[in-house]
Amino acid sequence: MKAAAIILLALAAPLAQAATPIELLTAYRAEAARSTPGYLPSAEAGRRLYHHRFGVSEQMPACASCHTDNPADAGRHAVTNKAIQPLAPVANAERFTDPAKVEKWFRRNCTEVVGRACSAAEKADFIAFVMGVR
Amino acid sequence: MKQPFDSLRLAAFAAWFMSCAAHADRLGVPASVSPAYQAECSSCHIAFPPGLLAAEDWKRVMATLQKHYGDNASLDEQTRRTIEDFLVANAGRSSRLSAGGGMAKAGALPRLTETAWFKRKHHEVSPADWSQPQVKSPSNCAACHTRAGQGSYREREIVMPGGRRWGD
Repeated sequence: MKAAAIILLALAAPLAQAATPIELLTAYRAEAARSTPGYLPSAEAGRRLYHHRFGVSEQMPACASCHTDNPADAGRHAVTNKAIQPLAPVANAERFTDPAKVEKWFRRNCTEVVGRACSAAEKADFIAFVMGVR
Repeated sequence: MKQPFDSLRLAAFAAWFMSCAAHADRLGVPASVSPAYQAECSSCHIAFPPGLLAAEDWKRVMATLQKHYGDNASLDEQTRRTIEDFLVANAGRSSRLSAGGGMAKAGALPRLTETAWFKRKHHEVSPADWSQPQVKSPSNCAACHTRAGQGSYREREIVMPGGRRWGD
């Protein structure tokens, strides 16, 4: 009985934080729609964001600098050369399933690469793009 | 009275020598590693052995995560503090592991690859090896230390760029 309760707890704990990419996309879309009524995520806008060379950081001018031209491919950190697992959920089911982790990386990488925080609309567009990568 | 003094000195020397010899074995990430350290700090590089920098150096690293060696590594305050406490508690104690001094004055971040200890350990590595594209940075331990990701730096595990074993 006790063992069963522990197993249930162990299963419930990660579920409490787990999300699907669709749920994250929906949450960012709702946030964006509050300031821009009628906003709809655009995978094409996300694709442009992903490939745009912002040039703020010399070593990481664009998302693709580390994540490669295809988000379904494994990347390499532009400074340390450490392998980076693919960004696209089709190639890496763990991506975009942990809201806190997603927020952390948007915060870090938008600051470093884009040179400012990304808007909720940009985040929704970005997820729409990587979700659509096959 | 001379003899006991000498044996005392000998014992002190032996203790010092053993502590130096033991250092290589202690290199690595302690078994009591903070899960936050392992999870957060090994995303972009391997989880460096905390003993490779002095406590003051780690504090400076952890105070400047927004500008972290060419990347933004910012953390929420609770996680940042947890990791800083772990690093300080397990920091290197020898002055040879301190990267302070000149670099600290210049405002640059301390680098574990610029400590006297690191330089001595790597003085046989040729410039050609350091400049291999797959090495990229001297802090890329795993480029040659094949089990660095698991916290192991034994000499027999070293494979140099191009595939040659260390010492061959």
